[in-house]
Amino acid sequence: MIDSKHIREQFPILKKWINNKPLVYFDNGATTQKPQVVIDSIVKYYSEQNANIHRGVHTLSREATELFERSRQTVASFISAKSSEIIFTAGTTDGINLIANGSNFPKGSEIIVSQMEHHSNILPWQLWCERNEGKLKVIPINKDGSLQIEKLESLITTKTVLIAMAHVSNTLGVINPVKEIIQRAKAINSKILVLIDGAQSVPHMSVDVKDMNCDFFVFSGHKMYAPTGSGVLFVKENLFNTLKQSKTGGGTIKSVSFEKTEYVDGPLRFEAGTPNIEAVVGLAQACEFMNSLGVKNISAHEHLLLEHAQKELSTISEVEVYANHSNKAAVISFNVKGQHPFDVGTLLDKYGIAVRTGHHCTQPLMSYYGIQGTVRASFAIYNTKEEIDIFIEALKKTIKLLN
Amino acid sequence: MSIKEIEDEIVSEFEIFGEDWEGKYEHLIDLGKSLPMIDEKNRTEENIIKGCQSRVWLNSVLKDGKVIYTADSDAIITKGMVALMIRVLSKQAPTEIAKAELGFINKIGLKEHLSPTRANGLVSMINRMKLDAIKLSQKN
Ligand SMILES: Cc1ncc(COP(=O)(O)O)c(C=O)c1O
Repeated sequence: MIDSKHIREQFPILKKWINNKPLVYFDNGATTQKPQVVIDSIVKYYSEQNANIHRGVHTLSREATELFERSRQTVASFISAKSSEIIFTAGTTDGINLIANGSNFPKGSEIIVSQMEHHSNILPWQLWCERNEGKLKVIPINKDGSLQIEKLESLITTKTVLIAMAHVSNTLGVINPVKEIIQRAKAINSKILVLIDGAQSVPHMSVDVKDMNCDFFVFSGHKMYAPTGSGVLFVKENLFNTLKQSKTGGGTIKSVSFEKTEYVDGPLRFEAGTPNIEAVVGLAQACEFMNSLGVKNISAHEHLLLEHAQKELSTISEVEVYANHSNKAAVISFNVKGQHPFDVGTLLDKYGIAVRTGHHCTQPLMSYYGIQGTVRASFAIYNTKEEIDIFIEALKKTIKLLN
Repeated sequence: MSIKEIEDEIVSEFEIFGEDWEGKYEHLIDLGKSLPMIDEKNRTEENIIKGCQSRVWLNSVLKDGKVIYTADSDAIITKGMVALMIRVLSKQAPTEIAKAELGFINKIGLKEHLSPTRANGLVSMINRMKLDAIKLSQKN
């Protein structure tokens, strides 16, 4: 069981008041707040541990390097990978671009995405296709937010090189059956690679990349209680040598001369320049924070919140919830009939409630539903049922004000 | 009335709400609802103000040396603000519009709508109104 009071005490920002009301923070899909242990790890890093890594022979540099590499190990275990498969990035977007720019797919290849992708998992592939005479194909969805996976076989051709899709939709919260999709795709052609965008799954559920059998897996630290600027790209070990570097520079080499450079193998080859060391340290701390609570307990707590919110929202006749899918992470998208999400979000903010409004960087998904945007409430471990009740009351007042 | 005089009038109208933000927003929503609709033929792609989370259409014409604005939005709070802006700036001379400082927004406690996180809705609207005024005055 999750002791909400104890958990909330660990997040200093939750004591804040907004517009003379206690903050109810339901914009966790955009970014989560940070627990004291993560904040402390950054302060400690700069107060006691700071040095550049993989460079100096001096003690401080050696210790900082050890700390950084230990963090890689912690993050790797968190998703059941090996540390030699973990590239640190600036975030999900950065990781996807690294693959899009580093892949050596032949000209004219086909890439499959889904209708519900975040722009960060569409645009790098669209650009790749524009530059390489490629073709972007889309797995359609149903009204309940589920993927039409029965279409997968007909979308795959001999030119298909990659499927790039979200594990969990940032707008709808729907959990996609990625393991099954990977199995089915590889059954048709074992050479097809699969990239999973885990930005919205890792914060909410246990992820095992080995069991999933994906080739690439990306996520952002800031959505899972870690600092902004930390991110992870998992690359299956045997694929490292097929990837080109999209940036290069210090820290990636064995030896350099003007005639020829010899690069190191593995993750460091892709981490050119001084990385965001303190963010990586904070990310490892965030993984430990989640482990200490138990990721399964986090999922269970958030699931209770989701069910409570769905039940309460269903009692308000003016509210329309998108994607009544049975398998969802703690994200709800809705609209108040006849009202613009901007108006709803503006008034909820007045009541101290932070939600996201707009297209959530998923315009093709908005087009599918024929809407401009939604109001999105997304929950994290520190949210409570009481907060949902406050939100529901505020929403009712908002609807009254707008009518 | 001059722009400044209308601004002062609005400020005194909003004074009665004091700290009652709900009353203030209710009023703003009412203003939005009572804004005359924009002519359907002016609801064009060209007249959409970019950079707003909600869509705003603004049409500007020059008549007897004064700029006449009509506008609409799909969000009602935005529309309320559009109504206020039109009340202040419509039927004024382009030179006056261009130099208007619009301090009333701050005084009536709607300053938050000037912040960049509002996807620049109100800011883009004001810029567009001023730009249209200048363009219209140069054409003639
Ligand atoms: C599903 C998904 N993919 C990608 C991203 C982009 O993440 P970031 O901005 O951290 O790179 C997000 C975050 O908004 C997301 O929710």
